[in-house]
Amino acid sequence: MPLHSWIARATPQAGADGLLALRVGRDEWRVLAESVTGARGWLAALWADRQPGCQARVYAAYHAEGQGLVATLAMEAELACPGIEDIFPSAARMQRAMTDLTGVATTASDSRPWLRHSTWPENYHPLVDTLPELPGAAVVDRYEFVRVEGDGVHEIAVGPVHAGIIEPGHFRFSVVGEKVLRLEERLGYTHKGIERLFTDLRAENGNRLAARICGDSAVAFSWAYCQAFEALAGCVPPARAAYLRALYLEIERIQNHLGDLGALGNDAGFAFGLAQFSILKERWLRVTEAACGQRYLMDAIEPGGTRVDLLPDAAKSVASHASSLAIDVRDLREIYDEHAGVRDRFFGAGEVKPSLARRLGLTGIAGRASGQEFDSRIDLPTPPYDVLHPARVVHHGGDVAARVAVRFDELQESCRLVAQIARTLPEGSHRCEPGPASPDTLAVGWIEGWRGPVIVALEVAPDGRVRRCHPHDPSWQNWPALEHAVIGNIVPDFPLINKSFNLSYSGHDL
Amino acid sequence: MMKTLRRIASTGIVSEDSPDADAALRLRRELHEHILSIIGRALCIRHVDAGSCNGCELELHALNNPLYNIEGLGIRFVASPRHADLLLVTGPVARHMETALLRTFQAIPDPKLVVAIGDCGCTGGVFGESYASCGRVSNVIPVDVEVPGCPPSPTRLIQGILAAVVTRHDAA
Repeated sequence: MPLHSWIARATPQAGADGLLALRVGRDEWRVLAESVTGARGWLAALWADRQPGCQARVYAAYHAEGQGLVATLAMEAELACPGIEDIFPSAARMQRAMTDLTGVATTASDSRPWLRHSTWPENYHPLVDTLPELPGAAVVDRYEFVRVEGDGVHEIAVGPVHAGIIEPGHFRFSVVGEKVLRLEERLGYTHKGIERLFTDLRAENGNRLAARICGDSAVAFSWAYCQAFEALAGCVPPARAAYLRALYLEIERIQNHLGDLGALGNDAGFAFGLAQFSILKERWLRVTEAACGQRYLMDAIEPGGTRVDLLPDAAKSVASHASSLAIDVRDLREIYDEHAGVRDRFFGAGEVKPSLARRLGLTGIAGRASGQEFDSRIDLPTPPYDVLHPARVVHHGGDVAARVAVRFDELQESCRLVAQIARTLPEGSHRCEPGPASPDTLAVGWIEGWRGPVIVALEVAPDGRVRRCHPHDPSWQNWPALEHAVIGNIVPDFPLINKSFNLSYSGHDL
Repeated sequence: MMKTLRRIASTGIVSEDSPDADAALRLRRELHEHILSIIGRALCIRHVDAGSCNGCELELHALNNPLYNIEGLGIRFVASPRHADLLLVTGPVARHMETALLRTFQAIPDPKLVVAIGDCGCTGGVFGESYASCGRVSNVIPVDVEVPGCPPSPTRLIQGILAAVVTRHDAA
């Protein structure tokens, strides 16, 4: 079935612009997935909603042919949801997480838990059930890793506590000599019960928790949350608020790209790069604090607009610093490009070819380094990106060098955007007062964070509390791709390759 | 090569003076003279993210940048808990991290110090206690100093770390 016949059936979806909603039956669930992949589309998110005494629903968000598509499957009791992990490999872990949290089972063959370790019982589903008695003492998790057999194969187990200032997760390498045959990830260590916590909050206050799903993407998550909430509250933030939000989002992108470029230089043995980029980052954080009141913009975005306005002098200062930062970054890029040792480590390391990237649904900056063009700011633009027209950055090398190149290019573009936004801020108020959110309606926010598309699906209960909130970080798609990227590389290159993806643990573990 | 050297020369030394210890962040008023006589002023820190959102980690990274230059104070982050004097913990303690945190704590040789970082480490923050979270760090291991903030600034972090190792006499 071609995709356009599905689209003809679809209705508008509340939330980000350009989204459609589609209700499908159980026997259509996989047919739709086939149609999306036939149209070169990809899976953006997958989650379920199950409330005690209600029919469970499974949701899948896709992007294909310039449109976002949110499909809903109303589940019949006791029947498993048809798995789509053979059509979209990235669905595998999302489905396992869905089963852990809601008890909605799928037909997928891998039935190992994903977000649930042994700390709560198998028959407890946090988004549905009331809390049972938890084991008093700390428990050791036994997870069945896939074993690689053969002469000279041995395992290296790393984590969850890593050697550095990094988030926790477990990596199981199967190696021969120095060469990696297979990597298997075990995540979920930072699972904090975020989706359950949302249901204790009033919907107008959810932005604070949303900003803390993944601290490096606070602006992206709080904006996506507010976008969903505002769609339910029938409130359109004033133009000035939209511009300020875009300014914050680009400031956040610059912060993270500066940090990564320094760390990548360091991981390639070029400490000069870390020193230089961390000076640039620190100065940029101080400019941000002087202009916006916070070094990291954890509470800058609120329902209806932004917490504070930007004063004219602050706007000028941000614009001029962004322009001078672009010059510093250009100079450092020349140094990176000419450094033989850095080039030797960057080129060919951790390669994900465009064809594999498409198959795995690689997204965000890592996707754009492997020929996957999608950028929500261009392909599903939220105002003001529809008039800002950011330049598309795509590379095809798929290796560490390409992921570095995407960051350098995006950094230049974000500096340009920050200066442009700060100089053309519309007059007027920076916020409006949102009304009450309409209950029992799904709204979906969709924002291009620095790492990739961030999606927040929100439903509000009649009493004004959050009924269901599912936040999705692009790391869900990209973590499995990292397992492919390291195959055939040497173990000592793993930190460099891992850093070049820089995926979120907290945003994934929820 | 010339570009690199020119850049190093033009950057110069950017390190700033460090802030003083903030004794108000201490949980135990009497800071074990015995520990301090052993550890002195050269300090090795092992960091454990017990479930943080990654916000506090960003500010911990900043401690190593040339402006805060924490190594200039004789303080260094180490990879193994067995080399560490002080355990720095971020985040509420996710139940999935409880065992790993306890084992890291146990692997650090006595005498040892613990600093809890951020609103989550100090109180559980927005995450609190739940089926998935044990809440504040002191619910799981003994804590000497707490540094609140979301995330705390690098200056506050240094004040907190120094509060753990500088005697009250030194601080005054």
